[in-house]
Amino acid sequence: MRPVLLIDFGSTYTKVTAVDLETEELLGTAQSWTTINTDIGEGLAKAVANLEAKTGPLNFEARYACSSAAGGLRMITSGLVPELTAEAAKQASLGAGAKIRGVYSFELTEDDIEDIDAEHPDIFLLTGGTDGGNKECILHNAKMLATCKTDFPIVIAGNRSVARTCAKKLEGREVHIVENVMPKFGALNIKPAQDKIREIFLKRIVEAKGYTKAQELIDNIAMPTPSAMMQAMQLLAEGCENEAGEHVSGIGDLVAVDVGGATTDIYSVCDGMPLAGMDTVFKGLPEPYIKRTVEGDIGMRYSIHGIEEAVGTGYIAQLSGIPEERCRELIDFLGKNTEVIPGGDNEAELEALDFALASGAIKTAVTRHAGRLEEFYTMNGLAYMQTGKDLRNIRQIIVTGGSLIHTKRTGKIASAALWDPQDPFSLKPKQAEVWVDRSYILAAMGLLSAYYPQTALKIMKKELKKDGYQE
Amino acid sequence: MEKKTLVLGVIGADVHAVGVSILNRAFLDAGFDVVNLGVMVSQEEFISAAIETGADAIMVSSLYGQGELDCRGLREKCDEAGLKGILLYVGGNIVIGKHEFSEVEQRFKAMGFDRAFPPGTDPQTTIDCLKEDFHLE
Repeated sequence: MRPVLLIDFGSTYTKVTAVDLETEELLGTAQSWTTINTDIGEGLAKAVANLEAKTGPLNFEARYACSSAAGGLRMITSGLVPELTAEAAKQASLGAGAKIRGVYSFELTEDDIEDIDAEHPDIFLLTGGTDGGNKECILHNAKMLATCKTDFPIVIAGNRSVARTCAKKLEGREVHIVENVMPKFGALNIKPAQDKIREIFLKRIVEAKGYTKAQELIDNIAMPTPSAMMQAMQLLAEGCENEAGEHVSGIGDLVAVDVGGATTDIYSVCDGMPLAGMDTVFKGLPEPYIKRTVEGDIGMRYSIHGIEEAVGTGYIAQLSGIPEERCRELIDFLGKNTEVIPGGDNEAELEALDFALASGAIKTAVTRHAGRLEEFYTMNGLAYMQTGKDLRNIRQIIVTGGSLIHTKRTGKIASAALWDPQDPFSLKPKQAEVWVDRSYILAAMGLLSAYYPQTALKIMKKELKKDGYQE
Repeated sequence: MEKKTLVLGVIGADVHAVGVSILNRAFLDAGFDVVNLGVMVSQEEFISAAIETGADAIMVSSLYGQGELDCRGLREKCDEAGLKGILLYVGGNIVIGKHEFSEVEQRFKAMGFDRAFPPGTDPQTTIDCLKEDFHLE
């Protein structure tokens, strides 16, 4: 046996997953409370003890960890035009696994600086202007950031003509210059900024001595949890090479939904450009091949009212079969008592409500993630304009998150992600197979994929359970 | 001398893609940096692109006859967005019906365009005007 331990330090739970490299199988999973206020080693030890209670003692040959504890990687970004460099900066940060606490466009004001100080981000991403383009905005913003009372690393990824000048204005602070997130108009170049963000994240984590006394534990933290999730999704979609140099296939283009208590994350791995054979013009920034969006107002408990606002109480009442008045009562109750899960006396009622809420969360979040078409009548007849990714040809949906993996109706809930004839211009998947992350291992497999991609792919293919084919 | 940057596109719901490609080539060959937005470009897209790239001129093409409606208010929006004094050119079949071009030109100038060009204008004519307006050569 060659056991490896994969750790996910979450904000609430520390989750551990053990796999055997020899048999390429999942040995078990377990969790315990995250102990960020004392020493994260304590919570981890408990989680491992819970794990070994199931599997028997394990002599791990390696330990790898990802973390979203202590608020995750909190970032603020700034750009020039909202839908151009400000959007590129946001994409870069989301793709690096960050939790975005603010996106500014145009010139920063003194009020903005106060807000940034109050937020005290882990990293600030400063962008604006194409190479050789606008200089004034990023220079102004660098000057304003220099007046911040709090200290945080700043990544400069804007107009290269003034990158050095910006750095000089920020003298005395930790500053990193990387390639522009938008070197040419409409061209997205987010990888250099992302690599730098990840490098700073790892260094800061290592420096965060308060996390634990066990330094070697910290050395194992390889990435923020959302990055691990993205790596898992890319591997699952694309497949990888084996030792013989042959390609082991993945499951193809996919959409993944992760419905949490506070936020709902959506991932898509696909090109998403207009389908051939249609009179469609694409507008806006090119879309990242692996795209992540985070809906901060959509979640099953802390953000429960956001779901209600987005889909309406009527939708929830209809799907759950509970009268509207009672829905409102229950939603208020769950918003205040975020730890409550279906069970006890009113299990059936809460289960029905969670079913409707999860469907509403997925419907809203996937609609926001997916692209849209608009119709235009031109002199040459009907034409279409596409913004965002076209997901209609995607045939695989992956679902994870407590509310989805602990219910029997996962397939039905996931169908809320599909194309809806009542909203035909929202480019969601037309039909799809649903794969459920029942053992909650996706982040762990993303971590493992950095070292043993073949094993990670094999385990995902085995452990993800199909839940019907939705049309 | 830094290269001048031009933002180029076909305005409105117009999908005529050929002319704008020819202009793109001609402007590049003449030594300009060109940001070609292609067809079906809204006023807002012209403006956003011009802000981000620090453009020196916005070159509007229109071939389907609705140009006057599409162009209305572009100068005011540029002023509002901080693009004060940016050069605005328009060309193509910019109005429907038979009109004296001098009259059409007056109308577009009243809307804040620096220059307007009739159908069949040689790209070189426009390039010469750009050089004159930028005080190049």
